Amino acid sequence: MTRTTAKASFYTAFNLTFFALIGTAILAFIYSQTHERIEQSVELEKIKLIAQILPHNLYDNDMIKDMLKIKPDELLGNEDITTAYRARLNGKPSVLVLEAVAPDGYSGKIFMLIAIRENGELAGVRVVNHKETPGLGDYIDIAKSKWIKGFDGASLEKYNNADWQVKKDGGKFDYMAGATITPRAVVKAVHKALQYFALHKDALFAAQGEQK
Amino acid sequence: MSYQEFKDIFYNGMWKQNTGVVQLLGMCPLLAISTSVVNGVSLGLATTLVMTLSGATVAVIRQSVPNEARIPVFILIIAVLVTAIQYLMNAYMYSLYLVLGIFIPLIVTNCIVLARIEAFAAKNPAMHSAFDGLAMGLGLTAVLSVLGGLREIMGHGTLLSGIDLALGASAKSLVITVVPNYHGFLLAILPPGAFITLGCLIAGKNWLNLRAEAKQKRPLPLDGGTVSAA
Repeated sequence: MTRTTAKASFYTAFNLTFFALIGTAILAFIYSQTHERIEQSVELEKIKLIAQILPHNLYDNDMIKDMLKIKPDELLGNEDITTAYRARLNGKPSVLVLEAVAPDGYSGKIFMLIAIRENGELAGVRVVNHKETPGLGDYIDIAKSKWIKGFDGASLEKYNNADWQVKKDGGKFDYMAGATITPRAVVKAVHKALQYFALHKDALFAAQGEQK
Repeated sequence: MSYQEFKDIFYNGMWKQNTGVVQLLGMCPLLAISTSVVNGVSLGLATTLVMTLSGATVAVIRQSVPNEARIPVFILIIAVLVTAIQYLMNAYMYSLYLVLGIFIPLIVTNCIVLARIEAFAAKNPAMHSAFDGLAMGLGLTAVLSVLGGLREIMGHGTLLSGIDLALGASAKSLVITVVPNYHGFLLAILPPGAFITLGCLIAGKNWLNLRAEAKQKRPLPLDGGTVSAA
């Protein structure tokens, strides 16, 4: 009796292991066939986004190769190491693309790409990922409205600290009725990213990038 | 596989035992992703693919799996298939992959897949099982597309928006604006809208069933139906 039970358990265990091994082998094969292509897709998607905010005549380097890993910073709102892309024209720094996070969106974090020109002016801002309410707070997404383009050309010199708020709070930035928390979070995060840039600009452009 | 069997399985999957409006299995992805036609159909087709392949695989190996170990083995097979599809989508349809995102891996936990394997593929030959998976999946896709279509029209006033994510930028011209200058109806897009719309679909299906039954019970009156149904 115990013998047959043991035998049956062994058979079951063997069977499970067998199928697990086959499954793993199949997946390993498919992964090996696709992972290069997947990495390419991810990078292409980032370049597409960056290309939207960077005028082509501002850079001639391969930005994907000129990245910089940035430690978490309170001004950027990041909790993990992020990537900054450096655009150069004829070898001179022209634009820095930072990844920043607005931690205080209406429904969680808002992830953004912020492109800042060498002179401190914003070249453009794009929201990469957010969970704001569809139809209300999602106008920060370029796919929904042009609101985010309102940042183009803004800088710390052009607007003083009080200006870096939505109009409702006495600042210079538009908002749409019904959703002020979302734009407030975005404006604040962009303002902070500019401050970060002002503090670390030279170091950021001079630092040895990670060659990939 | 005879024609009649073929027909029965298909009718079962598409209508009689439809997963979306009769069995009500796999509601999580159904309700979460059905905000537009393109999303709904994409997830529906991905689920159909998984159901067809897993049905066939399970039917082939069912003899060699001990009864006590069958559920883990079935889940393992589903998980392998889903992960494979996820890799392939990630590699070749990246923008669509971004939209469907977490719902692809969630197909593994979609109880409809395991339910069909346990109820059908574990007892039937491979051809029948694959076809059952296909029919069930297509039934789900049909519900998802109708649900997605209704929610999209009510919520955004468009149809087929986002089709460029699935078929490439050239397909953008296929987007239909049903109601121009529409300001959107938020409820339709939020989760409660999904429940309400699905409820209406189920009610509609039941009404059609009842009407068909009533018709069968007694012949139609000659003047075309002024007599109210009993």
